[in-house]
Amino acid sequence: MQITEWTALELGRMIKKKEISVREAVDASYQRIAALDGDLNSYVTLAQEAAYARADQVQAGIEDGSITGPLAGVPAAVKDNICTEGLLTTCSSKILYNFVPTYSAEAVLNMEKAGAVILGKTNMDEFAMGSTTETSAFGPTKNPWNTAHVPGGSSGGSCVAVAAGEAPYALGSDTGGSIRQPGSFCGVVGLKPTYGTVSRYGLIAYGSSLDQIGPIAKDVSDCAAILEMIASHDKKDSTSVARTDCDFTSALVDDVKGLRVGIPSDYLGVSPSMQNRLAAMVGPASSIRGGESGPGLDDEVRQAVLDTADVLRQKGAIVEEFDLSLVEYAIPAYYVIASAEASSNLSRFDGVKYGYRAAEYEGLHNMYKKSRSEGFGEEVKRRIMLGSFVLSSGYYDAYYLKALRTKALIKQSFDRAFEKYDIILAPASPTTAPELGKSLSDPLKMYLGDIYTISVNLAGLPGISVPCRLDSKGLPIGVQMIGDCFNEKAILRAAYAFEQARGRFLVPEIAKKDNANGCVCQRNADKCSGKETSFAAASAANGTENIQKTAADKEGE
Amino acid sequence: MANIISDETIEYVGILAKLELSDEEKEQAKKDIGRMLDCVDKLNELDTSGVEPMSHVFPVSNVFREDVVINGDEHEATLKNAPAAKEQSFMVPKTVE
Repeated sequence: MQITEWTALELGRMIKKKEISVREAVDASYQRIAALDGDLNSYVTLAQEAAYARADQVQAGIEDGSITGPLAGVPAAVKDNICTEGLLTTCSSKILYNFVPTYSAEAVLNMEKAGAVILGKTNMDEFAMGSTTETSAFGPTKNPWNTAHVPGGSSGGSCVAVAAGEAPYALGSDTGGSIRQPGSFCGVVGLKPTYGTVSRYGLIAYGSSLDQIGPIAKDVSDCAAILEMIASHDKKDSTSVARTDCDFTSALVDDVKGLRVGIPSDYLGVSPSMQNRLAAMVGPASSIRGGESGPGLDDEVRQAVLDTADVLRQKGAIVEEFDLSLVEYAIPAYYVIASAEASSNLSRFDGVKYGYRAAEYEGLHNMYKKSRSEGFGEEVKRRIMLGSFVLSSGYYDAYYLKALRTKALIKQSFDRAFEKYDIILAPASPTTAPELGKSLSDPLKMYLGDIYTISVNLAGLPGISVPCRLDSKGLPIGVQMIGDCFNEKAILRAAYAFEQARGRFLVPEIAKKDNANGCVCQRNADKCSGKETSFAAASAANGTENIQKTAADKEGE
Repeated sequence: MANIISDETIEYVGILAKLELSDEEKEQAKKDIGRMLDCVDKLNELDTSGVEPMSHVFPVSNVFREDVVINGDEHEATLKNAPAAKEQSFMVPKTVE
């Protein structure tokens, strides 16, 4: 097995035993990136120079005993909406094309304390708004299992980097499923912690009441170890919770005897009336399928969930179906709340303090408007408009407050469920990864694909998606386990037990090749930490000429 | 489509959102918002009378701290990200005569 196929914890053990140096570990990731990322496009910025310097520093720290811990020396990738001091952080948006943070996110500082080496920043849907990583200003990321398909989103770059061996682990962010859904599409494990567990300080805000940073890794043990490392109470985030139960790796026990597992029947086979209502939402041209499975729930995905239930049952868990209720109301409530918060959060991008400023304008207000209109992409503008509308006087009560009341009801229905069950077992997404270019034409239909993940954010719950198997097209199917607030340990234990029965998950063909001598794509050689170089190279490859031009203009100023 | 968004509404929302949309974009925005609101109208099926709007899932209250500076002077580093800066300040187009 190649180094790039090891889990983060395996790599950490090898580094500790001095069977491999930190520098060699960093090298292995960059070689894989050089060989594959021209096709996959999972990184938007690489930090080679800083990473090698850091590798030597961490190596010395491990040797003198000042850096300990299971992930010391293990390289990692960070999603491009998480601030990294001195390293370009763009949210994959033109409006932040040249933003170099003056500080690092608390989660990143925690990683660095534990001896992480940051390889670079990963591609994402612009400002995390999307489910496919196709709304990125740097062009789409491709799914390593089949490059004609999307990786999911918005943390698509982070999930692909881990799946393809371009990073041993990565950080993502999850506002409505942005860690769990791409995790399931790419065959990696992704965990969204309970709201408040990981500090949001330094995470560029999208929906502040929903956003959480979380780990993406090859297996459940890695996820537990990473979460243990990044979780902390932070005075700089007023919604940060002081938890005393962050010893998540203690939950890695292959024992689910007596664990109560509930499967929402309204997730697996919805009532005909709900199908009609969902179909009505997207209009007559809807491709939402009727029949026995739910709103577009693929039969193979449904079967994977039921088979996972069987595995847990055989290990002694008590599994039953129940009625969660309110499932179809989560999507409209979520999109009202998330858009409202986005319209407020994104008002800070105005061409004054950082990022893109329009070249031509008349006066201050026109400069704001032009910079924003030219800097934001289509999906971001759509959500800012919707959010501004639902918050405007006359509509605030009818839409925004109504959505917040619905959120309260959704939380109550989960509270009732967790009186009876320790975890909820569900699909992560109705289907496996769609083909590139098939999702963005109908945004509303794309939003409906978030049906199994968004209610978890509304209720602040922890959720994990674990790869189950491949479907008949060779694409990974993930299952989701949802826990009550602050009960990550229940889902980690169940996911770990499931994983023990499943065995090591498959590796995509593309990542199996020994790429040590593979072709080094010129674009990636250029894609170094130099900010203009990075953006120009990425834009050139993706044909986003105007961005490249902007970068050049900037340089000429 | 039950929700029809007027030209005036789109103009007004554009001002609130500080976005300058082309005519084509405005037409698209009217359709998008209208369609989204049709979907959001489903929430009216729910009886939420007596339900408090939940802005936060945990019962949190304001977090206070003493008004003491804990970070250093970062204005130079901060200004490096500004599209235009002058005399240790952000530079913007003239706003007052």
